[in-house]
Order: sequence, then structure tokens, then C-alpha cells
Amino acid sequence: MQDTVREDDILLEVRNISLSFGGVTALENISFDIRRGEVRAIIGPNGAGKSSMLNVINGFYHPQEGEIWFDGKLRHHMKPHQVARLGIARTFQNIALFKGMSTLDNLMTGRLINMHANLFSQVAWIGPAQREEIEHRQKVEEIIDFLKIQSIRKTPVGKLPYGMQKRVELGRALAAESKLLLLDEPMAGMNLEEKEDMCRFVLDVNEQFGTTIALIEHDMGVVMDISNRVVVLDYGKKLADSSPDEVRNNPEVIDAYLGVSHD
Amino acid sequence: MNDTFPKLLVHNARQFADRPAIREKDLGIWQTWSWQEMHDEIIDFANGLASLGFKRGDKLAIIGTNRHRLYWGICATQCLGGVPVPVYADSVTEELRYVLEHAEASIVLAEDQEQVDKVLEVKQDVSHVTDIVYDDTRGLKDYLESFLHDFAEVQERGKKHAKDYPDFLGQEIEKGQGSDTAIILYTSGTTGKPKGVVLTHDNVLITSLNSAREDRLTEKEDMLSYLPLAWVGDHIFSYGQAYVTGMCSNCPESQATVHWDIREIGPTYYFAPPRVFEQLLTNVMIRMEDASRLKQRLFHYFMGVAKRCGTDILDGNPVSLMDRITYKLGDMLVYAPLKNTMGFSCIRVAYTAGEAIGPEIFDFFRSLGVNIKQLYGQTEAAVFITAQPDGEVYADTVGKPSPEVEVKITDDGEVIYKSPGVFQCYYKNDEATRETKNEEGWVMTGDAGYFDDKGHLKIIDRAKDVGKLTNGALFAPKYIENKLKFFPEIKEAVALGRDMDYASMIVNIDLDAVGNWAERNNIPYSSYQELAAHPRVYEMIKANIEQVNRDLSEDPVLSDCQIHRFLILHKELDADDGELTRTRKVRRRIIAEKYEILINAFYSDATQCRISTEVTFEDGKKGTIDGDIRIENTETYKPLKAAS
Repeated sequence: MQDTVREDDILLEVRNISLSFGGVTALENISFDIRRGEVRAIIGPNGAGKSSMLNVINGFYHPQEGEIWFDGKLRHHMKPHQVARLGIARTFQNIALFKGMSTLDNLMTGRLINMHANLFSQVAWIGPAQREEIEHRQKVEEIIDFLKIQSIRKTPVGKLPYGMQKRVELGRALAAESKLLLLDEPMAGMNLEEKEDMCRFVLDVNEQFGTTIALIEHDMGVVMDISNRVVVLDYGKKLADSSPDEVRNNPEVIDAYLGVSHD
Repeated sequence: MNDTFPKLLVHNARQFADRPAIREKDLGIWQTWSWQEMHDEIIDFANGLASLGFKRGDKLAIIGTNRHRLYWGICATQCLGGVPVPVYADSVTEELRYVLEHAEASIVLAEDQEQVDKVLEVKQDVSHVTDIVYDDTRGLKDYLESFLHDFAEVQERGKKHAKDYPDFLGQEIEKGQGSDTAIILYTSGTTGKPKGVVLTHDNVLITSLNSAREDRLTEKEDMLSYLPLAWVGDHIFSYGQAYVTGMCSNCPESQATVHWDIREIGPTYYFAPPRVFEQLLTNVMIRMEDASRLKQRLFHYFMGVAKRCGTDILDGNPVSLMDRITYKLGDMLVYAPLKNTMGFSCIRVAYTAGEAIGPEIFDFFRSLGVNIKQLYGQTEAAVFITAQPDGEVYADTVGKPSPEVEVKITDDGEVIYKSPGVFQCYYKNDEATRETKNEEGWVMTGDAGYFDDKGHLKIIDRAKDVGKLTNGALFAPKYIENKLKFFPEIKEAVALGRDMDYASMIVNIDLDAVGNWAERNNIPYSSYQELAAHPRVYEMIKANIEQVNRDLSEDPVLSDCQIHRFLILHKELDADDGELTRTRKVRRRIIAEKYEILINAFYSDATQCRISTEVTFEDGKKGTIDGDIRIENTETYKPLKAAS
């Protein structure tokens, strides 16, 4: 790994983040960065603080201490939708789609932050709103093609199998055309084949659209295969931060995963 | 005289100029190319191939699903006097390697990254391949090999090539003759390595022309091109007949969306193997069970009407005025909406072939006014051997000899034929050619059959599969299997009994149909294996088999084929495991080897058998499934008539 990284190569940097809920410390003095165009993994055993970290980046949690730099600027206290407008999209561990809506409509909601027409013209579907919707539909259709979900275009997502819902959720995050894509356990609960498909898609997104991806994952094997650099968390602390190979051989990481007693 | 497909292309571009030639759904919208536009695209690509060094006699392998550019690749190759060799899109690398090597393909036209990866994997073993051209660029950005080309890039090269040599392609097209090899189609083959069937332009063109005339196909037809490119049927229907009539072929968005795409296109001319019709009927029945009481009653009432007079109306037979009126009403309320959901609203002619179709299924669609007919064909005949003329359609025959086709039955009961479509040879396999085609041009079909008193051909089984039981009675496995497969609960069946004391049956249940039934009856299950082993499923299948036994007991020749024992297999038979061919025909020899334990158990007293089977997942990884399988005995019936 190169140590001399140019300043503007870094898309997101968290510095000395600490987060606690009452007496429980979820994150303790965590710092790392995410470079443009890379696949960055955050791994760790159950309760390590992975999802909390994602929620901090996402603006859902506000850390008591520390700074978040995004795209070269220090980010102040922000609500999740403001963070989304900045260019950070995410998926959720336990799927948060609109179950009654079709795949297509779910993806269209992902375009929402890019829509500018006012409510009136959207309701009446005239002028700019019409033009805009056609443009957005084009983008969404490209994503449908990309994720190979043509056959479920008009199916309500609630009716889809789990693996497909995950794929739709990825699609919705992609629809936002964000700079940074946060994936919370994209392969959780999938079978081998679905996992492999999902890996392919994550890599393709990274390659094709150049999107920077940060993903949380439980399954070590998957992570090692597809990410450029890995951060390991355990009990809210950073254990390691390096290339997949080094992480794999790091005794502390092995201990954390195999469950050596902490005293 | 337009005796080759490239010449026809030039002709069609003039005659049908703005009429649609091919459509494909892309990004949710149907894109259309007229004959003129398609002509220009193909010419550019052909020139591009020439600039890559492709010349007369060279082979171009095509691997992928039904994409318009892959169809263009066929014609572009033929423009240069080359030979297209389509390969099944789901071929594993081993199969691909064999075909590329055997056909000595120099360029491969691949659909997408998945196919390119496969070709790259075998490329170093296959010395002839110099270039790979791909259609879909997705994921291929970082593939930097210089022999990889984007389809559009090859067309650009073609444009430049055409500027430098403006007369070149026209001359090449003129050089083509009807007797030139037009295509090599590798048959999936139930046994051994696939064989490359060599067909000339004359073979494909004359057969297409004759059959299109027979059904009065015109340039106004719409055809859904969704069956494998490498299968002779698709080549005749979507390519041969399209070029001779000027009709439009429509490529679905993906294999998974065919069901929606057919509704949007509303084809007038359609082909599907029996299993597609079976599946449609099953779906209709399942969904009707979920419909409201009123709808169910309407459906059942009018289906009764259709059963009574629908086929007669379709065939133009006399029907009472009252029936006509009720049928018309039924059409407005039930048949038309039903046909619309299946995409059959505009169908003028539909064919089915490949296997026997269940009489109930056949009559169901015909009574709705969908003109399905049966045909009997082979790759070696460029499809058409026999077909049913309008008004002479029966569920149990495959029709009369097609125009210019002669059909005979040998003394052994095998069907043989001679026609303008008869293939030249198996590529680089003279021995197999001699075994199949004699000097006078008669081709052995390998099927046993006979002509009935209406002059229609009836196929019983593969000639080599027809065997004898130990008591000397005739044993026709496929015939009994088909009878069983007509039950919606049974997806696949394999009959055993050759040289044995009695017949037994291995059954695969249909997960959709039985799963739905299980849901309705509160039977929980987590996998195919669990459902297949459920005692109530066994009961149901047993009842089906006994029904078949009752039917067989009335058959003068086959009453001894009644099934004595059966089991429901713990896994679905799968082409990836080699148990079925790519066209989903049962490979008896492989099944006999793989399930030897089960077969031995059939002919012992065992009521249970433990087996562990290797399975191949879609990504090529292997795993095993094991389990105990129960074997049950069934009731058999006394023959009504003595065996003749």
C-alpha cells in the first residue's frame, strides 16, 4: 500500500470519532479514510460498531467527538437527507424498501434528490416535470438493465425473494448517483449463488460507474475477495487497517473472530 | 434468383425497405430496425469482419441468447461466404471448447462478459480463434486484450473498409451460391459428443419457403425469437422464414421477461415446445384457484362451452347457432382476456414439436381459438418432415409429410425421409453421416412410428429405446413417460424396464404445481427434497400412476407396460448434471449409470434406498445431495384385451 496519498484522493475521512449511548461506548477514537474509486470494507464481529460507524457517516448518529471530512470539506452537524444530497447513498442491513411499490417506483424514489421540478408541475406532469421524469426513467432503466432485474420491473417488491430485494435496494442507492455508496451487509442472509451475484454487481458498480464503495460485511471471505482495503473494528475500537492479505494474517483479527476472551 | 440469405437481404432491403425486420426491447422500450436499416448494419459488420481477415470458408462461432446483433452476425458471416456456428448460450466451457475446436472457428461473436469469459478460458487451447467480438460492453472496459473488439467498433472498421474497397462486399455476396454451406448446427445429442449438422443455403431456404407457403406466412407476421439460437427451429423460424417472407422477429428483453414481452408484441406466428404450453396451462389453473368465486364459475362454465364447440369453430366444422352465440359471449368474457394475458391474442399459426403434447393441453388452447398445430422435424431435415395442415389437427399425430418431403416406414418400423432440406453431412464425421443417410439420400430418424388411416404420421418412441420386457411384451418408455407427464404435478418421468420383469418409474414432481397444492393444504416444506418425500405427495403421484395403468390396460399392444413400482427422486433432473440434454430430453444411459442403486432397488424387495448424488450448481461448483428415497408399489390392472 502506498503511504503517500494525495490530499484530493481522499473522498471521506473520519478523525477521532467517539460515539456513546448513555454509558455504552459504541465507537472509541476511530480514524480512517476512504479513497476515491476504491472498495473499502469495514469488518468486525457482532456488536463491533460497524453499523454505528455507517450511521455516523450517513448522518443518522452524531458522534460526541471527532470530525468528518467529505470531499475536502469539514462536515458539520447534518441530517441524513442533507448528507444524501451531498452525495452519500446507502442500503440497509434489514432492507428498507417500499414494499407495496414496484421495483421501478422504488428505483425512481432513489432519483428524488436529483429532481427539481416543483410539486405543482409534477402533479400536472407538464413541461419541465415531464421532461425530467423521462430523463430519470432513462437512468433508472439503465440501472435495471445493469442489475438484470428487467423481469421484476413491475412487481411489487414485497413479493420478491430476499436476494432480489437486496438487489433492488442496491439499485435504489445507485439511482441516487452518489459519490460514496455505503452498503450495510449487502450479502447477509444470502445463499452462495446470490452472494456471488452480489459480489459481481458491487465490483461492476465500482468499475463501470467509478463509484467509491464502503461496505460492512460479516462474511470475511467475501470481503477479502472484493475490497482494496479493510478496516477491522472490535468492541468499538479499531483493530487493524490495511490490505486484505495483511488483515487476514493479523493475529489480533484472528483472535477477535475466533473469540479469544477479553480481559 | 435469390438463392442465398445475403442476396435475400439485399432484395428485402429494396422490397420491404421500411417494414420492421427485427425488434429488441432495450431499456424498457422496443427498438425497431427496418429491413433497410438492418441491411446497412449487417453490411457494415460484414465489412468489419473482412477487415479482421475473415474470408470465404472461415467459421464464425456465435454464443449468446437472442440478441439482434447475433442474428446480424449470422447474415454478415454468410455475406463473406463464411459459415456461422451458433453455440448454446448455457454451454459449459467444456462444450464450448469442443465446438470451437471441432468447427475450427476463427472469430467468436459473444453476447456479453459472461460469454467472453468462457471463450477466454478456452482460447489458448483452441488455436484457430484469432478474434473475439462482443455485443454488450458491460463489465468489459478493463479487458485490454487486443483481439477483443466491440461490435460497434468492428462496424466502424467496416465503414472504413467499405470506403477503401467499395465493390468488395457486393462481389462477395454475388459469389455465393445455393449449394454453399449456410450454417453448421451442433445437435445437443442424447449420446456422445455433439455432431455438427451442415446445412446449405438451399436446405434452409427451400424448406423455409415451402413451409411459409403452406401456412401463407407474409411480411406482416410477427414472430417471437426466444428459443436458443443454436437450435435448428429458431434458425428456421426466426431467420430462414423471416428472410423468405420479410416478417419481423422480436427479441425479448431477457430470457426472464419473455412472459411479459410476448404480451406486448402479440405475435401472429409462434413456436413453443409442449412444456411451454403445459406451463401456461398450469399457471392459468393455479391462478384461477385464487380468483373470486364469480370468476371461477364463469371460467368453468365457458371452458365447458369451449370444450364442446371451440375446436370445431376453429376448424370450420358445422356448429349450431346457439353454440356459436354462447362461444362468442365466452370469447368476450373469458377467452379473449385469457389469450391476452398469455400474449396469444393475435396468433394465426402456432406450432409445437419436440415431444408429445398432452391431449388436454392441446385441446385447451385450440378450444380457445389458438391455432396450435404439431409438426415433426429434425436438425438433419432443416426442421420440416411432417406438419399438420389447417383443419386436420389431432393431438396424437404429427401430421402429413411437408411439401416436397417423402416419408417411408422401414420394415423395422423406423421412420425415414428424403427432402430438399436433407443435410449435407455431419461436419468431419463421415462415419456418422453414413450411418444416418444412405446413398439415395434417405435419412433415418431413429424414431419408431406408423401412418394411421388418415394418412397422418404417429410417433411412438425412439426406435432404439423401444425394447422388450422379459415376457417378450413391447416396452415403450417414452410413451408411458409422456402419459405421466400430462399430469400437471409431474414434471419429469423416467421409465425403466427394458429386459426386466416389469416397468418402474422415477418421477420428478413439478415444484410450482405441487408447491401450490402444498400451500393450499397446509403442508410445510423447505425444499424440493422435503416436498418430494412427503407421504401425501407420494399418495397423489401414486393415484396418477394408477390412472395411467388403467389407460394402459386398455391398450392392446402396451398393456404389459403398466408401472409396478415408482419413486420420487430427491433432486430435479438437470442439464447441468448431464441428466437431461440442453433441450431437456432425458439421457437414459447417464441416468441408468448414476442411479444404478435405485434401479437395483426397484427390482428387489427394498422399500427404501439411500443415495448420495453429485450436483453441479449454476456457477460450476459441485456439491452432493443425499437422502433416503422411498419406493412404493402401485396397483396394476388386468388387460381388457389380450395382447395381440
